[in-house]
Amino acid sequence: MVNYIIRRILYAVIMIVLVSFVSFVIIKLPPGDFLTQKLAQLRARGDRSAEGQIETYRKRYNLDKPFMWQYSTWAWNFIQGDFGESFEYERPVSEMLGERVTMTIILSVATLIVVWILAIPLGVYSAVKQYSMGDQIITTISFLGLGMPGFLLALLVLYFAITVLNVEATGLFSKDYIDAPWSWARVGDLINHLWIPAFISAVTGTGGLTRIMRGNLLDTLGQPFVEAARARGLANGTVIWKHAVRIAINPLIVILGSEAIPGIITGGGLVSIVLNLPTITPLFVDSLRKLDMYMAGTCIVFITMLLLVGNLLADLALAWADPRIRLD
Amino acid sequence: MTVVEQTTPAAPAKQKQVSQSYWALVWWKFKRNRIAVLGGILLLSFYFGFVFIPEFLSPYELNHTSDFVEAPPTKLHFIDTEGKFHLQPFVYGMERKLDFKTRARTYVEDTTRMYPISLFIHGDEYKLLGFIPSDLHLYGVDQKANPEAIVLIMGADALGRDWFTRILYGGRLSLMIGLIGQVMTIIFGMTLGVMSGYYGGMIDQVIQRTTEFLNAFPDIPLFMALAAAIPTFWSPIAVYFMLTIILSFVRWGGLARQVRGLILSLREREYVLAAKSAGASDARIMFRHLLPGTMSHVIVIATLAIPGMILSETALSWLGLGLRAPLTSWGVLLQDAATVRAIHTTPWELWTVPFILVTILAYNMLGDGLRDALDPYGTR
Repeated sequence: MVNYIIRRILYAVIMIVLVSFVSFVIIKLPPGDFLTQKLAQLRARGDRSAEGQIETYRKRYNLDKPFMWQYSTWAWNFIQGDFGESFEYERPVSEMLGERVTMTIILSVATLIVVWILAIPLGVYSAVKQYSMGDQIITTISFLGLGMPGFLLALLVLYFAITVLNVEATGLFSKDYIDAPWSWARVGDLINHLWIPAFISAVTGTGGLTRIMRGNLLDTLGQPFVEAARARGLANGTVIWKHAVRIAINPLIVILGSEAIPGIITGGGLVSIVLNLPTITPLFVDSLRKLDMYMAGTCIVFITMLLLVGNLLADLALAWADPRIRLD
Repeated sequence: MTVVEQTTPAAPAKQKQVSQSYWALVWWKFKRNRIAVLGGILLLSFYFGFVFIPEFLSPYELNHTSDFVEAPPTKLHFIDTEGKFHLQPFVYGMERKLDFKTRARTYVEDTTRMYPISLFIHGDEYKLLGFIPSDLHLYGVDQKANPEAIVLIMGADALGRDWFTRILYGGRLSLMIGLIGQVMTIIFGMTLGVMSGYYGGMIDQVIQRTTEFLNAFPDIPLFMALAAAIPTFWSPIAVYFMLTIILSFVRWGGLARQVRGLILSLREREYVLAAKSAGASDARIMFRHLLPGTMSHVIVIATLAIPGMILSETALSWLGLGLRAPLTSWGVLLQDAATVRAIHTTPWELWTVPFILVTILAYNMLGDGLRDALDPYGTR
């Protein structure tokens, strides 16, 4: 087990190094850099000393050094917890990213909980009462949710909130609480704002999981051991929840790592942009547009890291839930 | 979908023996699935309407600007002010009012001016399919007789252009990017997948590790980074093709993996051995004997993947990283519509969203039906 975890972590580290390198190459691809953009801006404003200023910046951000040098210094500092400086905001990346990483994790975990709490009972009901009225309704709704892209739904919800409910549905905090220190009132405010992203993820994420849960349970319910449990006279609820669901839930955990978590983090990122939530993705898109190299690089490394950690946790959860899985 | 109907050799007359080809069975099973057929019909009409004849369906030309800046959708009337019923719907002329305090524009109907809407009316000139000159439009008001009349069933944008017209034209690029991109994904994915499965060894290792790496990369951020790398000074059409290539380049991994798995089992079959001993080249065995066996599988995966591709284009263009303004695609249209301010002032611009959603849903319906139908021997 320990061996397996170590190997997985090593693999994850290699992946992160590769991803960060490739991202850096991609971010450097467009002609020019942040400073050429800035220079153009300053010139347009008629700033005479622009060239000199730019030179100082170029030195400060090491943009005059060769690419490999830039990357390796950044990567070396990254390991030590210094993610470089954002050109755009002239502040350390870690300062800007800190809260956003926390928010991304909170949002993703909240999403995951909402989705699972809804999907498992719905899937079980759907399978146990196959072809009943309730099953038909659940099936139809999950098909709709399955095809529904989160950010478009977010737009529609935003439209509804603005035109019908007349509330500003964006952000995670009200104006008073944005920079306030953590307190119970702030948590309350957060929960007050959290229902919209939660609703969106419930609609978009639940559909697929419900379908899978239903399919798995239908397969499991037909198996001899379920028959045997019934034959021994166990109550229907016990047979379903303790015997069948226990087995049918395993594939769901597999999907958790390979599809659900990436979907929540990257798909949730687009929703965050619509709803103006303080997660990583909006910052990432912004830094890409501005060619803010260290910022964009750090963002993508963090997104990848979240994915890989999520994957690892899902694999461990599977090993715990299904002792038949061999870890090698 | 092309359906190859094989004509069965004339069976003995006394007993009609029903023996159908695989594709005929697929077609039978598919036809029974109402939802899938509906999805297919929707898609066929969308592609026909938006890709081939948007010029005809729209009342105006794409760049037909007007004074009706950010005008709300015009109402169609059947009953005039005197309560008389008209079989032919009509619109009233619109009067613009500017509120000098709030700088807000409002439009009021001028009930003294009535313009009937007619079908098949002559209007802006265009070239159908790029070469048939025409000026016929499905509906509209007579522009020559009443140049000040306008019909905007989904409102107008900041340049006074008809939003419905823009949605129609935008559909062309958005729908095509899904299709072209998917075809390219299939070509990449199948070629690499079949090579990976057939040759094994080194080639297999390299291809497998590459797909693993592409999978580890969070796909939407990767799209964003690659799309942001497209130089801004490129011509719109070059950007369009680059974007298609990016979308398909990132997505081939999953398909390659599936194809490889199928090939691994197919290559052990006797007919491959037969082909080998008959002296067929590797390329012939791979592309002529092995690949057709994976076709039904690939069709399903591809159909279900197209919506993802369309959505990626939409999302990227909406973020300002994909297609840009002189081009019109659904993502570009969302750029204007998807801000809190725009939802306040021009909420009708969100009409784009239902069009995207219906397309996505239709693809899912079709793909789901195909998945069931392509396994015609199954009992499901």
